[in-house]
Amino acid sequence: MHNLIAVFKKQCKDTFKNKTVFIQFILFPALTLLMNQTVKIEGMPKNFFVNLFATMYIGMAPLTCMAAVVAEEKENNTLRVLLLSNVKPHEFLGGVGSYIWLLCMLGAAVICAAGNYGLRTGLVFMAVTAVGILASLLIGAAIGTFSRTQMMATSIALPVMMFFSFLPMLSMFNETVAGIARFTYSEQIGKMLGQVPSLRLGMDSAGIVAVNMLVFAVLFAAAYQKCGLE
Amino acid sequence: MKEAVTVENLSVSFSDIRVLRQITCKVEEGEIFGLLGPSGAGKTTLAKVLTGQLVQNGGVAKLFGKDTRKLGTKEREQIGIMMDCFGLYDRLSVYDNLAFYADIYRVPKSRIWGILKSIGLEQAGKTAVQKLSKGMKSRLSLARALMRDAKILFLDEPTCGLDPVTAREIHAVLEEQRRKGTTVFLTTHNMYEAHKLCDHVALLHEGVIVEYGNPAKICGKYNRLQKLLVTLKDGKTVVLENGSSAALPMKEYLEAERVETVHSTEPTLEDVFVELTGKELGADA
Repeated sequence: MHNLIAVFKKQCKDTFKNKTVFIQFILFPALTLLMNQTVKIEGMPKNFFVNLFATMYIGMAPLTCMAAVVAEEKENNTLRVLLLSNVKPHEFLGGVGSYIWLLCMLGAAVICAAGNYGLRTGLVFMAVTAVGILASLLIGAAIGTFSRTQMMATSIALPVMMFFSFLPMLSMFNETVAGIARFTYSEQIGKMLGQVPSLRLGMDSAGIVAVNMLVFAVLFAAAYQKCGLE
Repeated sequence: MKEAVTVENLSVSFSDIRVLRQITCKVEEGEIFGLLGPSGAGKTTLAKVLTGQLVQNGGVAKLFGKDTRKLGTKEREQIGIMMDCFGLYDRLSVYDNLAFYADIYRVPKSRIWGILKSIGLEQAGKTAVQKLSKGMKSRLSLARALMRDAKILFLDEPTCGLDPVTAREIHAVLEEQRRKGTTVFLTTHNMYEAHKLCDHVALLHEGVIVEYGNPAKICGKYNRLQKLLVTLKDGKTVVLENGSSAALPMKEYLEAERVETVHSTEPTLEDVFVELTGKELGADA
């Protein structure tokens, strides 16, 4: 736990000096506030932008940040030094992951505030978001572990991130896409966010998200087994 | 004295390339040991095996009696490593880099400025690492290795790229470590540094130790001429036998105040390496 906290604290200092990563945390919350206030179209579902951007935020920010941070540490050999200093792989991943998770949750809180939810619905919104961010962190960790360099991580993370982030939006316009998207966690998280006001979340959605997370965990384990963290 | 490092018939291969072949050497506790050789000789590979970063194909490598393939948390806490690749956080300041490792090593942050002062980085404490020169990064990497009270330090080319004044400061730090009883395992191709600092050296060439021992004794062993070179003030050089027969002529030269310099024909470690391998230490293997 001590090392995990040390990595967490280091990550706090580092991210605020890393503008390319930091901007990902604030882009979508800022965009949500802006669009929610400025675009009012008749017949548009309530909280349309909140749900749309929250889903995209969940699919993008944690995934790319986690992949980038892990791959950068591998590329710069800082991770090797850490492991030689008795920092266990789970402590490192836990430190980085918890930091990104917390920062994303702050962003999600801003999006939640834009949605004007009540206390209970707001808490459910945050809980659904928390699970989605965790799923994205898992796939980000798998990509970062598999990649030798930050460049490699970015080139893998970009299409994966676009797939998961844009699929829920595209599925609104195309039934074939919707048929594929229903098996992805991002689509189901988006669906659950839409169900938040009624406080009735579909168990089938939760099941698909759980299966997605299991698959990502297996992918991470495979990447770790094959490439390790050094 | 106890052995800090024990290496017996150690071999390492990458695919079909044999990097280390049947290496045998030992390092006693509290001594500075130098592994000398040109780039590509296998120095870093041996250091990696000893620190548990790499597993050998054959032979035995032990650190304080423990097989390096089975190093646990407790053993790792006794090791300070300065690697060829620095492994520093570029966006963080010099101080923040060390503060992070102070957290990891569970040592008080109050010692950071003292260490920075000892290696001449005190002025750069608040500078981001990405703005440092290669030499300064090298020193910071050494500072990190010194942060914990390690029983053994593995230092890969600690003075490479440093100016002579800073290199001398680093030598003073290493000698201080020896006084404190820390074992230092140094890889270098600087024979002057090795001769000055090391209690024992091993000359590594193409994965094989070609000579091993105390630097002065190695140089003495290859001093085949056993002569004295006396340079006189008039520019002439006189060669004398290094023995009692030189006493009389030397006395005469000294009484006449004609002596400019006196040297023995003892070779340097560089000369010994060239004699044994036909290559220079600064060259690629």
